[in-house]
Amino acid sequence: MARRDFSVSRLPGFAGTAIAVFVALYAPIAMLVVYSFNAGDSIAIWEGTSLRWYARAWENNQVTDATVRSLIIAGSAAFMATVAATMAALATTRKKPFRGQTAIYVAINQPLMVPEIVTAVALLIFFAAVKVTTGYQGLGYLILAHTAFCIPFAYLPIRARLEGMDLTLETAAADLYATRWRTFRRVTLPLMAPGIIAGAMLAFVISLDDVVITVFVKSAGQDTLPTYLLAQIRRQVTGEVNAISTVLLCLTVLLLTAFFLLTGKKS
Amino acid sequence: MSLSEAKRDAEEVRRNWLLSTPALLLLCFGAIGPLFIMLVYSFLTPGKYGNVEWIFSTDAWRGILFSKDIFDGSLKLADAHLTIFWRSVKLSFLTTLFTFLVGFPTAWFIATRAPRWRAFWLFLITIPFWTNLLIRTFAINQIIRTEGLLNTILLKLGIISEPLKLIYTDTAVFIGMTYVYLPLMVLPLFAAIDRFDMRLLEAGYDLYATRISVLRRIIFPIVKPGIIAGSILVFIPSLGAYVTPRILGGGRNMMIGNFIELQFGQGRNWPLGASLSVLLLVIVTATLLVYVKFANRESGHG
Repeated sequence: MARRDFSVSRLPGFAGTAIAVFVALYAPIAMLVVYSFNAGDSIAIWEGTSLRWYARAWENNQVTDATVRSLIIAGSAAFMATVAATMAALATTRKKPFRGQTAIYVAINQPLMVPEIVTAVALLIFFAAVKVTTGYQGLGYLILAHTAFCIPFAYLPIRARLEGMDLTLETAAADLYATRWRTFRRVTLPLMAPGIIAGAMLAFVISLDDVVITVFVKSAGQDTLPTYLLAQIRRQVTGEVNAISTVLLCLTVLLLTAFFLLTGKKS
Repeated sequence: MSLSEAKRDAEEVRRNWLLSTPALLLLCFGAIGPLFIMLVYSFLTPGKYGNVEWIFSTDAWRGILFSKDIFDGSLKLADAHLTIFWRSVKLSFLTTLFTFLVGFPTAWFIATRAPRWRAFWLFLITIPFWTNLLIRTFAINQIIRTEGLLNTILLKLGIISEPLKLIYTDTAVFIGMTYVYLPLMVLPLFAAIDRFDMRLLEAGYDLYATRISVLRRIIFPIVKPGIIAGSILVFIPSLGAYVTPRILGGGRNMMIGNFIELQFGQGRNWPLGASLSVLLLVIVTATLLVYVKFANRESGHG
């Protein structure tokens, strides 16, 4: 085996397969974005560039209503999930092990381990009973459901940040007679801020993208952007769906890039 | 430990529980508690117009596998249900297998890049992982549908004379699930290969091992935990898939997830939907527990 280009880690066909996978992964999304700018009605024949589908989506009241609803739900859910997750992370990280700590950890991560469809069905049943009893029909159900499944996504980056934090600064503050609350406000909170922001952004994205739980929990007339898209895809597909998808896609990628920049900095 | 120290510890524990309370309450009402209510509902009688009547019954559990004959009330296997279960298991298995076959070379490729480029390739896998599953499924839908891009190109090139009827078939669901769940296979595989010591390959080749035997006897055994983790991460969401079969499988090619939904719509059989969901949850939890046990044993030996 005296070939000069022999590398032990090279396996025949692997690089080719990998490149093909990357192309296959991005080509469909690329086509979806490209055809959102199509001037014609077809999803396969190119008839020139135009923004008509974006204009049409913008003028469609159903779309704007669903967008506002999506943002309200994602905003409220991300906010509540982040506050709850921050408190829970403070209670379960860098602490002397206590009874029930594992139980709390398992409970927080529970939404990650249960198939979405199962949670969706359970919530449908529970909320149907609550709706009959209380008569309340509003967005509260969706916000509660979204908050619950966003908690682990907010918790994990916050916990990771806390674990990487040095205790000495807080000890120093305490040595200088800072009160517990003052130490938290002036030392701990600023230090863990990147983790909190990252957690909030992740929770926001997860809530914004959710389909299954929303479909089961929503009442009539409570479409979010993803459930509106789902309904449209089943009927007839126009470039409007491409345009909405592209906007949603850009928003996700933007938030995720910011997330990675925030969490990557510390290492 | 002095008395005051013990008191301080107890206070600390109380504070920890207090801080965790909002999260636990939200999860209790928005995720965990309803699962128990669902279990109760699986033992009730379906109402005429949906919902349930509060009469105890095990019909929903029997109804998973058997159907009652309308005339003589005898039980026989519910073929339609079995077809749906079989399709779910078959498609999930094929998806897992195929994502492994193409995911392994991909993970290997990423792990063997220069460190500077590794992060870039990894990022390319991570982006689809976090982007909307609905949109990615829709992208596949647009490509393979009858008047879609694939057929248009193949027709123009004269390779086919009639459009392929891919959409709303099992094949379409398989393609879609492979596409959307592939990152879930690549990421754990990458983590395992990244820790792999390439000098072992040198040793293997020095001892005149062929490429195949190096792959089979050295690489696979060592990265096995990654293979198992990836397989579970793909298999579990495939089994509970709802969006992908709905968009690509159409009304007839249902998987368990769609079958469950049907019970809350036209099926008007909430208890059956609840029992199917409980069953799915039990299967998934059992798989995870077996995996955790296996993973602990592996790391214990290592």
